[in-house]
Amino acid sequence: MMTVTTTITMTITIMLEYDFMRNAFAAAGVAAVVSGLVGYFLVLRGQTFAGHALGHIGFAGATGAVLIGVASVWGLVAFTVAAGIAMGLMGDRISGRDVAIGVVLALALGFGLLFLHYYTAFAAQATALLFGNVLAVDGAMIATLIGLGIVTLTALAAIMRPLIFSSLQPELAEAKGVPLRFISTAFLAIVALAVSESAQVVGILLVFSLMVGPPAAAQLLVTGLWSGMALSAGLALAEAWLGIATAYYTDWPVSFCIAVLSALGYFVARGRWLPGRAPTIAASGR
Amino acid sequence: MNIIELDHATLAIGGRRILVDTSFAIKQGEFIGVLGPNGAGKTTLMRAILGLLPPTVGDVRVFGHAPQRGNPAIGYLPQTRTLLPDLRVRGLDFIASSVHGERWGVPSLGHAARIKINATLAEVGARELAERSLSEMSGGERQRLLLAQALLGEPRLLLLDEPLISLDYRYQETVIELVRRFARDRNITVLFSAHELNQLIGAIDRVLYLGNGHAALGTVAEVVTAPVLSRLYGGDIDVVRADGHIFVLSRGREVDRADHQHDDSHHHHNHDHHHHA
Repeated sequence: MMTVTTTITMTITIMLEYDFMRNAFAAAGVAAVVSGLVGYFLVLRGQTFAGHALGHIGFAGATGAVLIGVASVWGLVAFTVAAGIAMGLMGDRISGRDVAIGVVLALALGFGLLFLHYYTAFAAQATALLFGNVLAVDGAMIATLIGLGIVTLTALAAIMRPLIFSSLQPELAEAKGVPLRFISTAFLAIVALAVSESAQVVGILLVFSLMVGPPAAAQLLVTGLWSGMALSAGLALAEAWLGIATAYYTDWPVSFCIAVLSALGYFVARGRWLPGRAPTIAASGR
Repeated sequence: MNIIELDHATLAIGGRRILVDTSFAIKQGEFIGVLGPNGAGKTTLMRAILGLLPPTVGDVRVFGHAPQRGNPAIGYLPQTRTLLPDLRVRGLDFIASSVHGERWGVPSLGHAARIKINATLAEVGARELAERSLSEMSGGERQRLLLAQALLGEPRLLLLDEPLISLDYRYQETVIELVRRFARDRNITVLFSAHELNQLIGAIDRVLYLGNGHAALGTVAEVVTAPVLSRLYGGDIDVVRADGHIFVLSRGREVDRADHQHDDSHHHHNHDHHHHA
């Protein structure tokens, strides 16, 4: 008699017999862990919009790179890191200029479209960049993702202590000698790298599903910094892998499945949390 | 020994002069109440002492030297502009982030530091806040957490910027008493800024009144007088003493409270109009 466990083991074994599935799991795994960890700080700092903006700007870089015969991932990295550093250097001035940012983002998408226009394999390339195509990832791309991931996480580890301090208490961190501007600029460059990773799996338009959904859910569920980071990375990994498996059996697009799981994870966490939260809002209300 | 010394110092932010040609000296172990209208420079003065704002003219000296950013001998409670209520982080991690938070690398909290944090939290009666999320604390509880943090690093000088904000009246008294006892036991110098003078009268050694670009430092009896305050507020000020309380009045209206209750009184005013109409 076959138990449920052996059924599951067998299905997984069959799924993993395909090269493209193994590659997809590896690529999504690396990108998810990086996105979950970096995204935790993005949510903590209330800068999720920056993640969104960097993705859009990256689109122009990715399509521009393809046009001049360079792999799209390097165009993405170059444009997002440059944009991240520029946003960091502008600092607080950027927050009051939502309209300007919106216009610049639309312009970036427009340029991306123009570059695609001159590239012949228009539709497939556009879809892959905007919505991801993790089932087409090859060994070279996995190596690139691992390399980028190591750089990203090393940089994050190097600035983590002052990053946490200045995220939680900017006034005190400044008084204690933390270089706030440098930290926030370096962090946005790190976010840019994570966006580039995440975009290889779920596409530019859906980076939120790996970079914001899991960390936001994690912060609703636990309040410790380390447990929050671990849960965020774990949720991102689980959602990415479950998404690929679901896509394999349903034939739905992978990015759609991951986006659904990410939204599900967030709203389930929210639902669990709301009943406890409601009375405290009333108690501390002004 | 003078802990803080201003010698003909001018402090300016973006070309606007906040304090002009100001001189005073604060001795070790003094508990100084810092008062004055909004925008008089209470926060600016603290930022200068922290080394975040060099004087444009003159000298500022802290512990006998030019102020240096990141001086561990200074405990600071900022008048916080951050949106703390949104932080889903427990109190322990919040405070721990300030322990050598300026160093590079991955943070690690040693056993000794953890014990120290818990002891300081217990001292301000906030032990249970270690495990609670900031988003679930009341304004008063968050303020208590910030106070514990300011006391944490064995400071020799405490800069407390409006520590009574968002505390209810009874707990305000507790905070004043707690800071007073903590500072006296350890011979710590305290700058304590506030809106209300009367609560501080029993605790402070001297008062530093800021206003109109000028500063006056002295005992309450010396500084809180009609001539001195008229100069600082730049208008006619009356000082009325009654029943151990001091009321600072401008055209018959209390100025300390005017800042706080402006919205309320405006509201009532409108109601009155409705009645008459």
